[in-house]
Amino acid sequence: MNKESSYKKRSDGREFNEIRPIKAKVGIVPSADGSALFETGKTRAIAVVRGPRTLHPQHMQDPLKGILRVNYQMMAFSVWDRIKPGISRRSLEINKVIEWALSEIVDLTEFPGSVVDVLIQIPQADAGTRVAGLNAAVMALAQAGVPMKEMLSAVAAGKIDKTLVIDVNKEEEDYEEGEGSTDIPLCFGSFSKKIYLLQLDGKISIENFKEILKMGQKASEKIYKIQVEALKNPGKEVRG
Amino acid sequence: MTSLLDKKRIFEYLEKEGKRLDGRKPLDVRKIEFEENISENAEGSVSVKIGETEVYAGVKLSINEPYPDSPDEGSMSVNVELSPMADEDFELGPPKIDAIEMARIVDRGIRESKFIDFKKLCIKEGEKSFTINIDIYAINNEGNLLDACSLAALSALCLAKMPKYNEKEEKIEKEITNKPLPLRRENMPIMVTFYKIGKKFIIDPKRDEEEIADYRLSIAISEEDEEIKINAIQKGREGSISFEEIEEILKKLEEIYRKQYLKIKEKILSYG
Amino acid sequence: MEERKIVVPGEIIVEGESFLPGDFVRKEGNYILANKYGLAEIEGRLVKIIPLSGVYLPRKGNIIIGRVTSINYRGWLIDFDGHYNGFLSLNEVPKFINKGELRDYLDYGEVVYAKIIEVEGSSTELSLKFKGLGKLEGGQLISINSFKVPRLIGKEGSMISLIKELTKTKIIVGQNGVVWVKGEKIEDEIKAKKIIKFIEENSFVSGLTDNVKKFAEKLEEENE
Repeated sequence: MNKESSYKKRSDGREFNEIRPIKAKVGIVPSADGSALFETGKTRAIAVVRGPRTLHPQHMQDPLKGILRVNYQMMAFSVWDRIKPGISRRSLEINKVIEWALSEIVDLTEFPGSVVDVLIQIPQADAGTRVAGLNAAVMALAQAGVPMKEMLSAVAAGKIDKTLVIDVNKEEEDYEEGEGSTDIPLCFGSFSKKIYLLQLDGKISIENFKEILKMGQKASEKIYKIQVEALKNPGKEVRG
Repeated sequence: MTSLLDKKRIFEYLEKEGKRLDGRKPLDVRKIEFEENISENAEGSVSVKIGETEVYAGVKLSINEPYPDSPDEGSMSVNVELSPMADEDFELGPPKIDAIEMARIVDRGIRESKFIDFKKLCIKEGEKSFTINIDIYAINNEGNLLDACSLAALSALCLAKMPKYNEKEEKIEKEITNKPLPLRRENMPIMVTFYKIGKKFIIDPKRDEEEIADYRLSIAISEEDEEIKINAIQKGREGSISFEEIEEILKKLEEIYRKQYLKIKEKILSYG
Repeated sequence: MEERKIVVPGEIIVEGESFLPGDFVRKEGNYILANKYGLAEIEGRLVKIIPLSGVYLPRKGNIIIGRVTSINYRGWLIDFDGHYNGFLSLNEVPKFINKGELRDYLDYGEVVYAKIIEVEGSSTELSLKFKGLGKLEGGQLISINSFKVPRLIGKEGSMISLIKELTKTKIIVGQNGVVWVKGEKIEDEIKAKKIIKFIEENSFVSGLTDNVKKFAEKLEEENE
């Protein structure tokens, strides 16, 4: 830890590289082809996969392979200030970055003309909803039997004043002292260890950034283990 | 899509044996389960399952100017979302008529039973009052979303606590108090939707039963001096109802209410 | 044969140069990796995955059960739980049909037992011009995952014979996972459907045949 930082101890008592308590469960929506819950602390995400199925209208179809479509949504009551239902610019962007990450690992060449829909809902939010949503979505895709190269595990890394932390919560995200807070959602491949989702907003040195990538990767491995355990025990709530 | 063969079997079994393919009798409700407080950022929230059907509902309060025709009252807004999360046939995008109708039916049952004391939601006559926003999300559709939405809305209302109001700054603070919403709990409405299949009536349909029904009739009732009062009715879909059928439905409704719904009502009323 | 274990995509199933990749796995360096969620099986040098889920992949020669979802002047669109509908052309039914009379032969929502004669891209061509195929009448349908069809049929049809015997029903299994069940009594069909669902859910638990018999006895007791 950087001694000059004003953020010396995490408000919830965690170590700086420690993720919040995780809950994961596969098979939560019986009518879906795949579904999963992923919870970190008070951030809860549920994801459903439907398809591959015929994509309408026809002109949107790709004759060579299926396409993947993501819809991420925060429920109106998931945060303190009620979110008006409907599409926001924020959710459209999140749809796209999750879609890019997932499209890179799925192989839909066997399903030309089709679509795989990934629906993500956030019933309760305490920061890090896009990474929680992505973690749930990957489990749901695997359970749906969609061909995939590898799994993905995502984590919200950050810098609070000068302190590097893993799995940022809302209170930390809103930290305003010193350099304030820098958010870095990250997502890693389970086998390739490559980065599939990367965003950053705030201010961070190049050295710190390299360091946080390493911390994020380590955390993602812990998350991966829980995702795997949930997939190997469908219907059972796995904690970590 | 349900095949013609399965449709025929549903008709036949109901007609000849008075039974449904999952073994239930026409007026049996599947197991109902509640999970309270699914979001701590809501004033009240709940997950309700009827069999495999599941919906989430949450209550949030906001401050608005009262409507000009009721300057001394607060208001309520019900919103239902049917996304492909719950059903392969639901589509993304702004609410379609199915979701809008569902929200309106739920709204009317609650409003007309006078379950909410809107006067107590007024902060400053003509200027400021609370609006109760009820947002309902379908999570899995295995039939009977309509009744599930109604139960979820009522449960979320009963679970909800008032947020802290800062009188100086005239705004809601990010804090929930211990005070329940101003509800007239004795007026709580219960909604039951009947479906006509062939010559029979069923309640709590599964998805394929719902698909083949001629019409549906949703009735919200509440009790006043131990007498049942009807607060809202909606006939859904094409198909027409005879007087005899109305009588039959009302008779069954009373029976269902007393035998199956009173304990559910008690459970919901125990919240808060 | 080693014990099967559930693997997730990207998981290393086995390491070693001599192993050969079979269904739903790939080789990267010395590793054999999973490309799908399912049960990994190593038989000698061959490594493969038996999927537990996923949409049915139509194959030429498969016989499937589907429902009519749409009709045009050239034929019928058939939904068979694939990622795309199949097409049954007017020329592929064993009878001459006038263009205005398609619905008389096969109507919306009706069910057919048909053979896949061509799969190309997103189009799947069906035919009824083979023995034993055609419209299915009466009974009801149940869908299971297509990858579990071999377990439902059993060795040389032993499992399906057992269910027929236990429930006194006629059963036809489509390779797409749609199963048709018809009995004298609707109760028998319901019982058969429950047993089929049981097999789908317990398909990889050892001693399946005995478990099925016990399950059927339990159903019998519940009825009485």
